[in-house]
Amino acid sequence: MNKNSNTYTFIYASVMVILVAAALALTNGLLKEKHNKNIEIDKMTQILRSIKVEATKDNAENLYKANIKTAYILNSNGQVVDESQEATFGVDMSKEIIRPLEERQLPVYEAQSEGKTLYILPVYGAGLWGPVWGYVSLQADRNTIYAVSFSHAGETPGLGAEITTEAFQEPFSGKVLFKQGDFRSIAVLKAGQKSDNQDAVDAISGGTITSKGVEDMLLSCLGAYKAFFEQVEAEKKEE
Amino acid sequence: MSASRKQILVDPISKNNPVVVLMLGICSALAVTAQVKPALVMGISVTVVLAFSNVIISLLRNTIPNRIRIIVQLVVIAALVIIVEQILKAFAYDVWGQLSVFIGLIITNCILMGRLEAFALGNTPFDSFLDGIGNGLGYTAILLIVAIAREFLGSGSLMGYTVIPESFYEAGYMNNGLMILPPMALIVVGCIIWVHRSIDKDLQE
Repeated sequence: MNKNSNTYTFIYASVMVILVAAALALTNGLLKEKHNKNIEIDKMTQILRSIKVEATKDNAENLYKANIKTAYILNSNGQVVDESQEATFGVDMSKEIIRPLEERQLPVYEAQSEGKTLYILPVYGAGLWGPVWGYVSLQADRNTIYAVSFSHAGETPGLGAEITTEAFQEPFSGKVLFKQGDFRSIAVLKAGQKSDNQDAVDAISGGTITSKGVEDMLLSCLGAYKAFFEQVEAEKKEE
Repeated sequence: MSASRKQILVDPISKNNPVVVLMLGICSALAVTAQVKPALVMGISVTVVLAFSNVIISLLRNTIPNRIRIIVQLVVIAALVIIVEQILKAFAYDVWGQLSVFIGLIITNCILMGRLEAFALGNTPFDSFLDGIGNGLGYTAILLIVAIAREFLGSGSLMGYTVIPESFYEAGYMNNGLMILPPMALIVVGCIIWVHRSIDKDLQE
């Protein structure tokens, strides 16, 4: 058989492509369930981390059930549109952030810590190489940050990827979103820079674009909850 | 194991090292070596992909049409890399999260194409397997040396554990932030090549 003939080459390439496609489809099909499970558990672990509960992949599900009792979806006016836990957990933030504010679904998870309510809000934005996201937990005043947890898809290890470390996340605790009654979010600044009218944390050296991405993410995603934050003030006035 | 086979396995670790002698795979050596753990996983992944793609190409070597052999090699490498990525995602999710983009970039690692072209197309499957393992280990060894130097000097830790005692920092010691940046990886690789060649005079040009 002439191995250099066009027919041979053509058949060889076609058979190879079909075999490889089948092998890849099979691998993906066999592992799909495990992937989805991992993604779900990873999400639970991140949510728990934002209220300072450390979970491993074995106890994440139980801890999540024990800690997160209520979850609901808000619209941009701060009204509850869906109260089901499952629907809230299933909201895909990457799709929500590109919709106009009025149509967006805004998930809120509620947890209890020492008798006080904590509100956990998901955030989603862009880093240098891919998406960055996280969860911000607020104290009952819906203003003071209790803790945060950030994750990323493909930031550089040792540089942008440092946003997942304790050293970057810890300083967020106790920072406030509102200054003089206005929503300001939190700034992420290089050492030496100052921010007026706004609480700030240190950025990561060598991870400027990722740090900036976190700052923008907090401003735009938490900004969408403005009506929800202001409900507390309104309630106070009514009393 | 015969002497010649042993040579196939051992040679690429030092004398014919893919990174410091053949100068292949430098790009990923710069990218993933800021910390030891991702460097180690990357080294293992490359070794696995290299060994198996070498075997597959070697088995197919008498059937591959010459005109599309590069395409066939790429398809085999890409398929194996995707399978490795899927397995990592299913069984080592946190490591997968750390490496993400770099796993996909194994496809473009010149060591793979280089070994397939230079070795697997002309040798038996078992020899090719040994060659793949040897080259993979040679690559991993360099990655680890660079990563240990960078993580130790840049972050004061190894495998994520802090090894420089607190009292050093109190006495005024500071981590060298420059070590975390990619250019320092290039300089560390340069230093390894310098030392390597001054020990092994045969390699000097």
